[in-house]
Amino acid sequence: MYLNSGEIKDKGQVDRLTVLMYVFFLILGWLSVYAASYDIENAVSLFDLSERATMQLVWIGTSLILAFALLKIDTGFYETYAFVFYLVGLVLLIVTFIVAPEIHGSRSWLVLGPVRLQPAEFMKFIIALALAKVFSLYDFRLMEWKNLLLIFSILLLPFLFVVLQSETGTALVYLSFLLVFFREGLPGGVLFVFVAAIVYFVLGIKFSDTQIGLFSLGEFITLILIILFTTVLVRNYVKRKEVVYTILGISASVFLIAYFLSFFGVKIDWGLVALIALGTVILYLSYLFFLYRKRVYVYMLAFAIGSFVFLESTEYVFNDVLQPHQRIRIEVALGMKQDFRGAGYHVGQSKIAIGSGGFLGKGFLKGTQTKLKYVPEQDTDFIFCTIAEEAGFVGASIVLILYLCFILRLIYLAERQTTTFGRVYGYGVVSVFLFHLIINIGMVIGIMPVIGIPLPFFSYGGSSLWGFTFLLFIFLRLDKSRRKK
Amino acid sequence: MEYNSKNPYAKRKYIIALIAVGVMVVYIFRLFYLQILSPQYREFADSNAFLRKMLYPARGAIYDRNGNLLVYNQPTYDVMMVVREMGEFDTLDFCNTLNIDESTYQKLEADMKDRRKNPGYSSYTPQLFMSQLTVEQYGLLQEKLYKFPGIYIQNRTRRQYKYPNMGVILGYIAEVDKNALESDPYYVRGDYIGKSGIELSHEKDLRGEKGVEIWLRDARGRLQGRYKDGAEDKAPVSGRDLTLSIDINLQAYGEYLMQNKIGSIVMIEPKTGEIVCIVSSPSYDPAILTGKDFGRNYLELERNPYKPLINRAVAGMYPPGSTFKPSQGAVFMKEGIITMETRYSCFHGYPPLGGRPACHGHASPLSIVPALATSCNSFFCYGLNAMLSNREKYTDVNEAFDVWKSYLNKMGYGDRLGVDLPSEKKGFIPNSKFYNKVLKRNNWNAHNIISIAIGQGEILATPVQIANFAAVVANRGYYYVPHVVRERKGAPLDTLYTRKRYADIDRSIFEIIAQGMANAVTGGTCRTANLLPEIEVCGKTGTSQNPHGDDHSLFMGFAPKDNPRVAIAVIVENGRFGASNAVPIGRLMLQKFFNDSIPETDKWLENRIINTTILPHIYSRELSIVKNDSLQNKDN
Repeated sequence: MYLNSGEIKDKGQVDRLTVLMYVFFLILGWLSVYAASYDIENAVSLFDLSERATMQLVWIGTSLILAFALLKIDTGFYETYAFVFYLVGLVLLIVTFIVAPEIHGSRSWLVLGPVRLQPAEFMKFIIALALAKVFSLYDFRLMEWKNLLLIFSILLLPFLFVVLQSETGTALVYLSFLLVFFREGLPGGVLFVFVAAIVYFVLGIKFSDTQIGLFSLGEFITLILIILFTTVLVRNYVKRKEVVYTILGISASVFLIAYFLSFFGVKIDWGLVALIALGTVILYLSYLFFLYRKRVYVYMLAFAIGSFVFLESTEYVFNDVLQPHQRIRIEVALGMKQDFRGAGYHVGQSKIAIGSGGFLGKGFLKGTQTKLKYVPEQDTDFIFCTIAEEAGFVGASIVLILYLCFILRLIYLAERQTTTFGRVYGYGVVSVFLFHLIINIGMVIGIMPVIGIPLPFFSYGGSSLWGFTFLLFIFLRLDKSRRKK
Repeated sequence: MEYNSKNPYAKRKYIIALIAVGVMVVYIFRLFYLQILSPQYREFADSNAFLRKMLYPARGAIYDRNGNLLVYNQPTYDVMMVVREMGEFDTLDFCNTLNIDESTYQKLEADMKDRRKNPGYSSYTPQLFMSQLTVEQYGLLQEKLYKFPGIYIQNRTRRQYKYPNMGVILGYIAEVDKNALESDPYYVRGDYIGKSGIELSHEKDLRGEKGVEIWLRDARGRLQGRYKDGAEDKAPVSGRDLTLSIDINLQAYGEYLMQNKIGSIVMIEPKTGEIVCIVSSPSYDPAILTGKDFGRNYLELERNPYKPLINRAVAGMYPPGSTFKPSQGAVFMKEGIITMETRYSCFHGYPPLGGRPACHGHASPLSIVPALATSCNSFFCYGLNAMLSNREKYTDVNEAFDVWKSYLNKMGYGDRLGVDLPSEKKGFIPNSKFYNKVLKRNNWNAHNIISIAIGQGEILATPVQIANFAAVVANRGYYYVPHVVRERKGAPLDTLYTRKRYADIDRSIFEIIAQGMANAVTGGTCRTANLLPEIEVCGKTGTSQNPHGDDHSLFMGFAPKDNPRVAIAVIVENGRFGASNAVPIGRLMLQKFFNDSIPETDKWLENRIINTTILPHIYSRELSIVKNDSLQNKDN
């Protein structure tokens, strides 16, 4: 019913630059997989299907065919059946959760004869399509409760099912679509809240050891941050400027009084002081709300109180909700634990492999850490190590810059879409790729906790390669038939 | 829905693009930090991936001048540990295999990890855990090695000795200490290094060069072949074998004669400077400082009050006594203070000082030759006084004395000769400044220091300096720096030892001195050393006063007088008159040197010497001095 493309002639071309980059990535990716699975002792034939490098060739070959096919399909098809795909996808996820065998600690693979597929990978582009469809509905306004609930559900249902499959990492990818919402009008404040939540979490965990009176050092810093963040939000969303100064003034006064009292020998619990300061600010905001009855004050209050609640719950979440191996990974990433045997070993070896690459790297097939299999999962999640060790700083940076160009190109393509459907889908593509890049490379270089997601086009694996191919080429197809303005 | 191009949120694309760019920039900086700014990752990678196996070379062997093997190597085994590879380790089983208890294991482990004792400790590289396994331990461990990941056995060698002689001369080897580790990067903890004697002074020759094999190791610790197929490996270079100038039979005999006495015998070949015999008594069997009992035995030797660990030949300083007189005679003649005919009188003592120093009975006055033969004190006191008070040749006593000193230095006294053994002492020949300071004025004269004319007072010399001087006389005016190593395999001797050193005193003068010394043997104080008609020996006795006890007995000489083959110095501490002990020993050593055996007619003398015990009473209980009690080597 919402077809709009049947009569319109395809005026445009497939974006050659993007296709070129895609092919380039595939080639580089295959070379990396070859290097990573290279075994010094046995020179193996390239025709041996049990070898990963060979299998990857198969996947690459089929992806190219797939890409070609996708470009041929009528654009209307995608738009029409978006919701159908979504439902099918959800069903598949549920089925997978129920019947999948346990492989590597998760139950996310469907085994069909010699082939194993991960529906979670395909869900990425399916969600993008569904979201695009929703956003392009007639008279769709983002900031209506009904709509907000809808789009978040579209994300959260698959998220839930994939978490049940014990593939938390992949599930997190679905949350990356928030970037799409941001582009389509979600207030920056929401993103800010998310960022704030992450900051609270990190600080709360990293500095949980030292105590400042009632609270840990992390909590103490966070309390002060909550006040500051609230101030920022107030500055952006509240029209009365004096509110900002008042909040700052109140907080400062509380600390000054405490400081003053300390000279009289009163033992000051600074954690308590911070709490009191925050409490005073909350009271003030409540007062403002009762006075002016403006909704914005509710939001501010919600942020301040919510932040505090969130802060207090981080410890509970960290210790009781997260599993031990997830806890350790976070601790390692935050530099709290070294753990050379478990999670720390992985990242440690990764950093060693990368670091030893030097400026120009050790040469193709000459990386010692790669050849000697020091980095686990080096042909899948940690494939970037291979590039860093064998091509050095130069090679690794070039790959990063290429990816950056890829992302920027995709943003450009998304912006030039003439339909909401196209644009929303395009940003979906951007979000997914960007998220994978940030997390995967961040994890390999030791900045992000180890979250198992692949590096697009490089990591060994058929499902992810197909999934990304779907994601990308559907977009290229949409782009091809965009209307000239 | 038609798209409204004036989308109010279009500007957000910049924010999104900025996020992408920002993150990539941060990541590139991080890469820069990891790959360019942090060299430790390269090291970790190497230590992960590479296993460097040290290949130890054989330490050089040591032979005597006739090709008899003195020191050689025997294999021994060390236990090495790579802590990082150890993983699941059954410590109990390990301890049982090695037959050590848990606390020993922990102590060994703590020592290995202690960076003060082991500065090079790393959990990535093989570290010495336990050294010198017995053969049984080696066998047991070797069988069960597969059970203990991270444990390796390193082959080492240990010194073996064929003769129980020359302990302090050969020296010993032991594990390298912290100072050596820090000063020379060649050594790692657990390496052996020479600590004394020839092992120390020729360490660089003997140690060879370590080699290395670089193996690739995968993440499971399995060896995956050689790095670059061994292109970067280094083959070990064996240590250089050394041939000593010492004759082991002569040496063993000397130690035999010196048993139960303290002192030294040095015999030098004048025409090369090669030392054929160098005895320091008490001596010890070098074999006791190897193996497991090293620690215990070393402590015993150290505690022994007669100090067997000191090489008295180069480090013992004694007043040379009358053996100093020939040098005096040579200097006086060279400076024209006296001639061959100059005579001085002696009335049982030096007249100008009221008969002090005293002298024994002999004719008076005497010229240089008979003065040497009878060892007249007075003569040389007159001579010294004449020289130091001569104001035609020297402006003042300082100049005179410094001229005097310079000759003595050229004859080898007063400074290290440069013998290729460690701990050589300089001896002591004072200069004029010294006496200025001591006597607190510049215008002193010979009478203030008269005892130095007869080799007493402040004058000190080592036995090797005395023997070296005998060589100077033997050569009639020059010497070669005495050395114990005659040849090293594959390298020439340092030119230090092959250059003539001249005394700047005429041959003819030394001829006169030699004559005096010959007469001392035929009719003077050295009669016991007379080997005529076969060999004409030149000699000089010495009796050096010892404030702490009995006088020391000295003998200096060379033979034959013309075309001399050997110069000798003997000193027996507390042996009293030179003729009592030092000269007989000198005779016997010369007999052994020239004839390889002692004739029947001298056996009584040999017996007497063997049974002479001169040990100062420090302890009343019996001391456990390790002595050599056989002449034969172990192979007989």
